[in-house]
Amino acid sequence: MLNFVVRRLLAMLPVLLAVSLLTFLIASLLPGDLALVILGDQATPENVAALRRDMGLDQPLWWRYLNWLGQVLQGDFGRSFRTGQTVLQAVAERIPVSLQLMLMAEFLGLLIGVPVAIACAARAGGAFDRFMTGSAFAMLSMPSFLVAILLIFLFAVELHWLPATGYVPFTEAPLSNLRFFVLPALTLALAEWPGIMRVLRSDMIATLQEDYIALAKAKGLKPARILFVHALKPSSLTLVTVTGINIGRLLGGTLIVESIFALPGIGRLLVGAIYTRDLVILQGVVLLVACGFVIVNFIVDMLYAVLDPRIRHGHA
Amino acid sequence: MSAPLLTIADVTVELPTPRGNLRAVDHVDLSLEAGRTLGIVGESGCGKTMLSRAVLQLLPKKAKLTGRVMFDGQDLVRLAPESLRRLRGRDLAVVFQDPMTSLNPVLTIGTQLMETIQEHLELDAPEARKRSIELLAAVGIPAPEQRLGQYPHQCSGGMRQRIAIAIALSCEPKLLIADEPTTALDVTIQAQILDLLAREQRRRHMAMIIITHDLGVVAGRADEVAVMYAGRVAERAPTSALFKRMHMPYTEALLAAIPKLDAAPHTPLPAISGRPPDPTRPLRGCSFAPRCRYATGRCREAKPALTSAEMPDHLYACFHPIQMAEGVGA
Repeated sequence: MLNFVVRRLLAMLPVLLAVSLLTFLIASLLPGDLALVILGDQATPENVAALRRDMGLDQPLWWRYLNWLGQVLQGDFGRSFRTGQTVLQAVAERIPVSLQLMLMAEFLGLLIGVPVAIACAARAGGAFDRFMTGSAFAMLSMPSFLVAILLIFLFAVELHWLPATGYVPFTEAPLSNLRFFVLPALTLALAEWPGIMRVLRSDMIATLQEDYIALAKAKGLKPARILFVHALKPSSLTLVTVTGINIGRLLGGTLIVESIFALPGIGRLLVGAIYTRDLVILQGVVLLVACGFVIVNFIVDMLYAVLDPRIRHGHA
Repeated sequence: MSAPLLTIADVTVELPTPRGNLRAVDHVDLSLEAGRTLGIVGESGCGKTMLSRAVLQLLPKKAKLTGRVMFDGQDLVRLAPESLRRLRGRDLAVVFQDPMTSLNPVLTIGTQLMETIQEHLELDAPEARKRSIELLAAVGIPAPEQRLGQYPHQCSGGMRQRIAIAIALSCEPKLLIADEPTTALDVTIQAQILDLLAREQRRRHMAMIIITHDLGVVAGRADEVAVMYAGRVAERAPTSALFKRMHMPYTEALLAAIPKLDAAPHTPLPAISGRPPDPTRPLRGCSFAPRCRYATGRCREAKPALTSAEMPDHLYACFHPIQMAEGVGA
């Protein structure tokens, strides 16, 4: 097991290195001179050249990359030239919002998707299965901005149950914080559950054909025990993968949902950085989010081993 | 003789296929008394596994079953799901063919044993655990206590089949169905597993059905043998009577197809030529007629019924039964 963990950890290193290279390249290859952006269009060529020298922009690309990487490894992701905030400060300020949104959305998505998947698989091809599979397709094809607007219309405008936009930190007012998060989380969850449901449903249907399920029936176990103990665990590997990918994706914030519901998360930070051409923030945030993604995937790999003893013992 | 524990009466199983209905089991009648062993023998696709699944009520969802399966006074076909569930695992147990796939890979052996015990017997966890250890020891598993915490992939095939047998025996069933219990195992393990089954069957006085394609497996172990062909029982007799004088040419051919250890090198096996008939297109006459060396025009026109001649418990379905044992072998 320890061997497995170490192998997985080592495998993350080249991925992280590649991620850092890509984020650096993307930011560097964007058209426009950073010095010119900072100084504005009133700047004299001498000033621009001087700033370029100060920022090391006149150095070759590989030199700048190594420099930046060295700083990053020391925990210095750079500082926004607009707000003066460091990348880490900006992210630390925004990440609780995106994290909470991600957790609530994923929780709601699983809360809807998993029971529906199990119910569908238990009677595959039945009326409920066909109806839910169809609904999942319909939900998948609805863009999140449309869902968001419909939810706002229904729950905020018509019913007045929930606020449409806004945010207060959980530490200040837990209840109203949760109320602010319900609609955005639900918007995301409604896009998440069809994927969760379809993946788990088809894996469950395959598992239910297995000999060991026939034996579980022959042993006279209760149907609920067969579904939840014998079938769910071996069917949930793909589900864990999908959930991991979803979490990694939502970790980077959600541009559209955060914008619609005015949530100050990572997504909004990125949008702001793009509009203001704040490349330092952009580059740092993208790298941090990518690192988060890699770490989530590492956790997913660990979960495989928890779920399937054969992986734990190196048999599969 | 007491009333039979299991009576299979006029059971037919049909499976819908794209080419039409496949009749896997065709009007089968069988019975088994408590404490006795019945061997069901036939080649692949003859319906023996479907018949066992019909008894267990574990047929594929689309399968259509007619007839009655009376077990211990109840018709399993018409039993409510909840009553059936209470019966399965307790009075009616099964060992499947492939121990590599019949144990759940993500649950420990202890869990898979104890859940059956706790489902049917009023035992708390420590008692169920104690019983599990005793069961594993009874089926010949060394260090049973450590095995409880292990997963199936940490055990060999033979070991897994022993565990599957322990699970089947866990609630002292009245009937154990062993569906090709040794087919997936090494030859050296096969005899051990069969002897284990026979020993436990005697000790617990349970009835057993051994399903196999190998007449050798049932030879010394079954009280009665039913030979199946194309979904029907072709011949049925007490084991000794069957091996002494078989009447059905198919039984003879099946026996002749067993390789003999004392045969000279390079002796060709007298394999049964041809294939079983397409079960989606039933033949008018005897289903073995196309492959039978005794077949006549009558065999192709009418289906012989399962009847007995001189011995009341020796049934066969043939117009031209082999009269003497001379015809055996090749």
